[in-house]
Amino acid sequence: MTDNTRKIPRTKPRFSATFDPFTISEIQRAAATGIYDIRGAGTKRKLPHFDDLLFLGASMSRYPLEGYRERCDTDVVLGTRFASKPIRLKTPVTIAGMSFGALSAQAKEALGRGASAVGTSTTTGDGGMTPEERGHSTTLVYQYLPSRYGMNPDDLRRADAIEVVVGQGAKPGGGGMLLGQKISERVAKMRDLPEGIDQRSACRHPDWTGPDDLEIKIEELREITAWEKPIYIKIGASRPYYDVSLAVKAGADVVVLDGMQGGTAATQEVFIEHVGLPILAAIRPAVQALQDLGMHRKVQLIVSGGIRSGADMAKALALGADAVAIGTAALIALGDQSPDLAEEYAKLGTVPGAYDDWQDGRDPAGITTQDPELAARLDPILGGRRIANYLSVMTMEAQAIARACGKSHLHNLEPEDLVALTMEAAAMTRIPLAGTEWYPGRQGF
Amino acid sequence: MQEIDLAQCTLREANSQLQSEDATGAWAIRNPRGRHALAVGLTAPIDVLIDGQAGYYAGGMNQRATITIEGNAGPGVAENMMSGRTHVRGNASMAAGATGHGGLLVIDGDAGARCGISMKGIDIVVRGSVGHMSAFMAQSGTLVVCGDAGEALGDSLYEAKIFVRGEVRSLGADCEEKDMTAQDTVLLQSLLDSAGITGYPAGSFRLYGSARRLYHFHVDNAAAY
Amino acid sequence: MCGIVGLFLKNPALQPELGRLTSQMLKVMTERGPDSAGFAVYGGARHGQTKITVRDLAPAHGAAFERGLADIAGPDMTVAFRDDHMVITVPSEHEKAARRFISSFGHGVAFVSSGDSIELYKGVGLPEAVATRFDLAGMSGTHAIGHTRMATESAVTTAGAHPFSTGPDQCLVHNGSLSNHNTLRRQLVREGLEFATENDSEVAAGYLSWRLSRGERLDEALTAALADLDGFYTFVVGTRDGFAVLRDPVACKPAVIAETDDYVAFASEYRAFARLPGIETATVFEPEPQRVYHWEHAA
Repeated sequence: MTDNTRKIPRTKPRFSATFDPFTISEIQRAAATGIYDIRGAGTKRKLPHFDDLLFLGASMSRYPLEGYRERCDTDVVLGTRFASKPIRLKTPVTIAGMSFGALSAQAKEALGRGASAVGTSTTTGDGGMTPEERGHSTTLVYQYLPSRYGMNPDDLRRADAIEVVVGQGAKPGGGGMLLGQKISERVAKMRDLPEGIDQRSACRHPDWTGPDDLEIKIEELREITAWEKPIYIKIGASRPYYDVSLAVKAGADVVVLDGMQGGTAATQEVFIEHVGLPILAAIRPAVQALQDLGMHRKVQLIVSGGIRSGADMAKALALGADAVAIGTAALIALGDQSPDLAEEYAKLGTVPGAYDDWQDGRDPAGITTQDPELAARLDPILGGRRIANYLSVMTMEAQAIARACGKSHLHNLEPEDLVALTMEAAAMTRIPLAGTEWYPGRQGF
Repeated sequence: MQEIDLAQCTLREANSQLQSEDATGAWAIRNPRGRHALAVGLTAPIDVLIDGQAGYYAGGMNQRATITIEGNAGPGVAENMMSGRTHVRGNASMAAGATGHGGLLVIDGDAGARCGISMKGIDIVVRGSVGHMSAFMAQSGTLVVCGDAGEALGDSLYEAKIFVRGEVRSLGADCEEKDMTAQDTVLLQSLLDSAGITGYPAGSFRLYGSARRLYHFHVDNAAAY
Repeated sequence: MCGIVGLFLKNPALQPELGRLTSQMLKVMTERGPDSAGFAVYGGARHGQTKITVRDLAPAHGAAFERGLADIAGPDMTVAFRDDHMVITVPSEHEKAARRFISSFGHGVAFVSSGDSIELYKGVGLPEAVATRFDLAGMSGTHAIGHTRMATESAVTTAGAHPFSTGPDQCLVHNGSLSNHNTLRRQLVREGLEFATENDSEVAAGYLSWRLSRGERLDEALTAALADLDGFYTFVVGTRDGFAVLRDPVACKPAVIAETDDYVAFASEYRAFARLPGIETATVFEPEPQRVYHWEHAA
């Protein structure tokens, strides 16, 4: 007998964990367009990160330094191995390579102003050096990339250091891409390309492949710059132990290691989300390689990819890095993802915090664009001040942590100052799980 | 002629003499023996003779100098040349004239793979043949090949022009034969003249350029990316 | 990632010079491979005799080792020492038994190569030091192949040094980096091959030996390698009577050949040739990708 008076309970609509709404929309998009999704920024998936580590402050067994009074130095020298003019920075946080083209001239100028104000360096990108960024950067690292867009020996000699880019955290093994919307007249001229086309760039350098040939390339770069300038080698995190070893063997003064959280101007979504290592997992093998070669602190290590705060910086240094670099965080400091732009983001079909169409050149913040009207929205002087503020806060945060650990220099932070909150972080960093003396892999487990 | 003997001095000593802003006149590098990075980063309008075989990157990033390599040249000869002239009397290895922005590179013999890769305004004249993937991603400038071209010539070509007199084993993606205009003929003839090559009438060459199908991503061309 | 040199003599008058010339070439390739070095020297084949090169026998067990071998190979056996390597010459019919004895002897001894004419030496350290340790300059022969190694993903050990010898009178040196060697190694292990290292180049050597053992000619085996080996490579392969060169389709890793009436020389870079006799008038060229080059002495 059926009880018609009672309402029949119905199951609620249930989304699949496998075919979640994002995945479904991506399949629908692919089926409609026939092209993979290209976007900017870095990975958005949740990854083991510096949040999974904590510092052990001083207490009874260690004594802290007095905040604001007792010294905690932050300076770092990069490129002491072969270069006759190493780079001296007041704080171990630098601005990562981002191109004029990907960013507006105003954004590049703002980065230069901000970095110079706090005594650190900024870096060119794929597309050459602009007078704006050279003029406003006290210390400028010149990237040497597979495309060699805008590459010329005058700029090479004008630079303070040279960064040979082998790869990038967002896309280790991949080349560059800049869509037509951003190939403005000026960008096109600097890159010797027709205006407005979709620019593809190579993943390998045109005239060398592998560390044995890179060694010869480095000799050429040093000969052209009279052995003055530090040579950095930038690699995307994938096989950090081998790659760092080979960078050292090829003759690097400095190794830049970029984790998969690192941003990009434009790359396939599948690349951003599925290739590479989180930076947390890459630092210990990289440091191990330097230690095994007797080169730790002699060849300096800069790490990047998802660095957001002084805490991240302090943790990276404690794991053995000599400095960190920021990219995405610097763009946010400039005004990217600002809630003030919510209405304009809505017109682009997104919301503050999720905007990643850096490839499109329609950035309402005027940062990732070549549109003169949009770019004019960014005041480089104000932007520079915001960058300087943010870099100062990062430095002060790192000092606060270092003093609490009893360190009079950030470089005296060490792995033993850390504990891990998760098994994953413990395994990846060889930092003991909090409250234990154990990490996976230790003592045979 | 001012002489530098690499059997007697270091590479640094040799290059720093040639790189000096005060350098003038004609120079000869004796006993090069395949050494790398010879006569790189020159800025003065001097004449440099490399009296033998050169290793990697000979004449790299040259500005204004005239460099002659008496023998063969290793990979990346005249890479990223800005201006001036580099003349290889023998053969050139891989990536000759790679990413060059200007000036003239003349190769009397053959050039290896990827000749003129990513060239950005340099002119390259090869009396012999070129290897596979030559003018890959070439952006601007002109490559003249009096002999044959290997596989995938001009793959992913931008606005560079390629003239070939002999056979082309295959064309790369987005490279196609073009009709030669009177202007093209003048350009070709002037490059042959500059290279001192006679006996090959401009009419015996074919012109290749970009089909420009890859300039904007289109699903029908997806396989070519 | 490495440097390669090779010298194949056409003029027998140069045979006493083989080691000296190879040693000079090897030293020039130091920057390309400072981690370890090795070389195979071919020559001195005697009918019915097989040479076996071994290394790293603990000296305290030398006498027992020689006694054991003599019991198997009889009075015709000879032993020649070069630093921590030794070359044992036995009548060919006793080779198998001698190899079994060596592999079960222990005390550090490791098999390096065997064949009618091959002797193979390798060690960790700068190429010049390795060449000096074994007195390469004093060796004579018909052809030689040398290698200097910059280790990529596998360990810097003597076992990981090139050349790799995985078949009679065969050896292989490699510059580049393979990308499918792990899968291929598992397939070859199923076919019964054994590997001593995690090195990608040893897999390439094993692959070729496996093909040759099935009756293929060297050029056939190398052509098959083009389909089965993925990644970047310039290979030089030594055989009893000659050597072969093969580059992958992309051909990024350098290779240059110099030929005169007296010899064919191979190297990663021209500068290795700079002191060879008559190099000024040699025909110098770069091997094309995907093409098998092969030089052989008339048997």
